[in-house]
Amino acid sequence: VGEVSVLRFGDVLVVPVQAELHDTAARDLQESVLTTLETEGVHGLIIDVSAASVVDSFLGRLLGDTAKGARLMGIDTVLVGLQPAVVITLLQLGVVIRDVRTALNIEDGIAMLRRDRSGSEGNGWLAPAGLGLRAGE
Amino acid sequence: VAARVLEPVESVTIVTDSDVILARQRTRELAQETGFTTLDETRIVTAVSEIGRNIVVHSGVVGSISLLRVHQGDKVGLSIVCEDEGRGIDDVDLALQDGYSTIASLGLGLGGARRLVDEFDITSTPGEGTRVVVVKWR
Repeated sequence: VGEVSVLRFGDVLVVPVQAELHDTAARDLQESVLTTLETEGVHGLIIDVSAASVVDSFLGRLLGDTAKGARLMGIDTVLVGLQPAVVITLLQLGVVIRDVRTALNIEDGIAMLRRDRSGSEGNGWLAPAGLGLRAGE
Repeated sequence: VAARVLEPVESVTIVTDSDVILARQRTRELAQETGFTTLDETRIVTAVSEIGRNIVVHSGVVGSISLLRVHQGDKVGLSIVCEDEGRGIDDVDLALQDGYSTIASLGLGLGGARRLVDEFDITSTPGEGTRVVVVKWR
């Protein structure tokens, strides 16, 4: 209890939400994720809820708040893996998860984050590709 | 019209949020046995989660979540009774409104849970406790 395992794919942190998360564990997860974002120095966060068969009002809000917290740290979040039954139930509950983008699965989520980042860098200060300025990042 | 027949299956004592998880798991098992669709199973388990949280967070005392099989004529379903002997709810109508919360929760709990089931009944006496009875037909 209290231990959270996350996956790192390059500059993206993937957080798998466990199947049966009680409220205290959900709060621990939020804190742990935000702390890890800082220590790992990643640029994107993926919250994977494909294993979660229940996302109620509390967990829904907590996931939204985690994304909001990551945003304050300058990190984009993509919520992935919402199951159809969970989606319909969330809508009926009236839960609105704001400030977080969504994708079908982890792969799409990572692609979304990388596209954004390369897109914004392409318009910005980065030197043209091929100069090797990103090496070591 | 045939009478409604209720068959108690089991009762889970609720003290902490871990107990709510246990109640959720038992509810899921019973919903699967009863032959609910995945969607309805999700609705019922989510309702238990919302109502169970109400016991843990608000009542401040021990509560219970009881699961019952229910049938009436050809109809088959599940009934869940959540009880606590906590401080009760002063204004039940207000508590069922979306956005209402006396603590830092979302306030969609009870009102949201009501939308997920077919029947929802709540009685609460300040100082004595709260009882929520829900039914979901297959």
